[in-house]
Amino acid sequence: MLLDFGIIVGKIAIIFLGILNGAGILTWVERKQSALMSDRIGANRASILGIKLLGLINSLADAIKLIFKEDFLPPKGLRFLHALAPCFAMFPVFVTFAVLPFGPPIELFGREIKLQLLNMDIGFLYILAFGSMAVYGTMLAGWASNNKFSLIGGMRASAQMISYEIILGLAIIGPVLVFGTLEPGALVTAQNQLLWGWLPKWGIIVQPIAFLLFLPASMAETKRAPFDLPEGESEIIGFATEYSGMRWGMFFLGEFAEIVVLGAVLTTLFLGGYHIPYLFDAAEMASGPGFYFPWGATIPLGTWSVVSLRVAAFMTKVAFLMWLQMQIRWTFPRFRYDQLMRVSWREMMPIALLNIGVTGLIIMWLN
Amino acid sequence: MITVQPVRQIKLTLAQKTYYPELWKGLMVTCDHFFTNLFRHIGRSVGMKTKPPMVTIQYPEEQRWISPRWRGLHRLMLRPDGAPRCVACMMCETACPDKCIYITAGESPDGRIEKYPVAFEIDLLRCCFCGLCVEACPEDAIRMDTGIVEFGAFRRDELYLDREFLMNVKPELTTHTQYVGELDGRPLQRVDLVKLAQQSH
Ligand code: SF4
Ligand code: SF4
Repeated sequence: MLLDFGIIVGKIAIIFLGILNGAGILTWVERKQSALMSDRIGANRASILGIKLLGLINSLADAIKLIFKEDFLPPKGLRFLHALAPCFAMFPVFVTFAVLPFGPPIELFGREIKLQLLNMDIGFLYILAFGSMAVYGTMLAGWASNNKFSLIGGMRASAQMISYEIILGLAIIGPVLVFGTLEPGALVTAQNQLLWGWLPKWGIIVQPIAFLLFLPASMAETKRAPFDLPEGESEIIGFATEYSGMRWGMFFLGEFAEIVVLGAVLTTLFLGGYHIPYLFDAAEMASGPGFYFPWGATIPLGTWSVVSLRVAAFMTKVAFLMWLQMQIRWTFPRFRYDQLMRVSWREMMPIALLNIGVTGLIIMWLN
Repeated sequence: MITVQPVRQIKLTLAQKTYYPELWKGLMVTCDHFFTNLFRHIGRSVGMKTKPPMVTIQYPEEQRWISPRWRGLHRLMLRPDGAPRCVACMMCETACPDKCIYITAGESPDGRIEKYPVAFEIDLLRCCFCGLCVEACPEDAIRMDTGIVEFGAFRRDELYLDREFLMNVKPELTTHTQYVGELDGRPLQRVDLVKLAQQSH
């Protein structure tokens, strides 16, 4: 009983700290990465006793600045909702991770522990449901600011997020049809099979179109460029205009946390979760855990090295997707609002529907 | 009659319309820069002899060369005896399109000169750095050749320049110096326009 409780608290702590640290590091990664790709040096001013730590101190300085900045509430704003909105922006992001497995089940204290907080049959519906909750954050922020431009910004944000929510939902159906499950854990397990004996059956290989739809749609959900119309602060007034200090910081942090979580969702759905191609554990291969290559070579491994390799693989994949989202964000120019809506409703939507139809037909034909 | 210039639509090829190939090309460009620079930065920091990373001018430490013709912060020129060259003729004040020069004229103690500026103020917040004041001055008393381009301030009144400030912007240049007769290190060639016109006929 107490052990169960301890395990759950431990998992929550790991997930929470993982996301929070990921988001914190991303503030630094964003500055450095954008600097490198545009031939600059990036954050290098802040230092403690002359130690700059490659600009990591800048992130610390940012945090201190945000904490001590004046906490401004617009005079006629709605105090309660104004304070609530950043929480609504943060909360759904953090709870989304609960259903995602970040490693294989492990044996500890004589019992099996799943490296996943919630083992839900409807895992992806849960992800979509909480994904759409984030709309409340932006909408409330615009409304409670009592600033017409912020309200319009909030409306713009919610219109965009709802449009792309639909694409997300439709894109998920493809892999779900192929693997026949909505449970992320089972979906990840299903991705460790091989197609024709050599090709890893990852979501991105069996459902490339769904991946190409899901990635931009998820970037639109994070409200980052090229879909950053809700909040391009200096050019078009966004929903967060009336926020300052740590309240604004929470929107900002929620956005970075969303990048981490979406990296994890994308990994689970399309990049085989924590799996490495040709690496099987004891449950999947009778002759012991290890690498079994299609050309016959085998590398036997211990149970714990398989577990650690898989957790490391999951983190690497998430890190790669975070890098990719950053790279995309700093490469492409922002869409115009009508283009944004057109891309969603007139271009991505039919492709998504077509993808579902074709996938269904192929599955019927294969059976 | 109103004539209009028709906007020319750019014809997109199919590959451009589908967007993904072009996105891919764009990504490749930024990835190229990212990895080249990453490799060079890391290589340098571990002591390898890689090419220097591509970086822009590191502004506060490195600065661009500024042309002598650059219109920077204003200054008032002085006579050899330290008095302002300005004769308070109000030409600059009149010429200024932003009406940001305020001159109060007074009778000059120097017998050879009629007036001098008791107060000479420039509201830098309004100035658009057009240089018309410099052009208008018959006495070459006001110039913008200080080469100072960094004049940010924390308060508005810090950008309201008075006569004393303007006379002391660049004390080492303050007496009557000529414009620097070189550009980019090369001496400027004076072109005789009349001769040039005769030759080209
Ligand atoms: S530079 Fe132009 S705007 Fe500025 S003070 Fe001179 S005349 Fe006025
Ligand atoms: S035009 Fe020259 S001389 Fe006349 S008031 Fe201005 S600075 Fe003085």
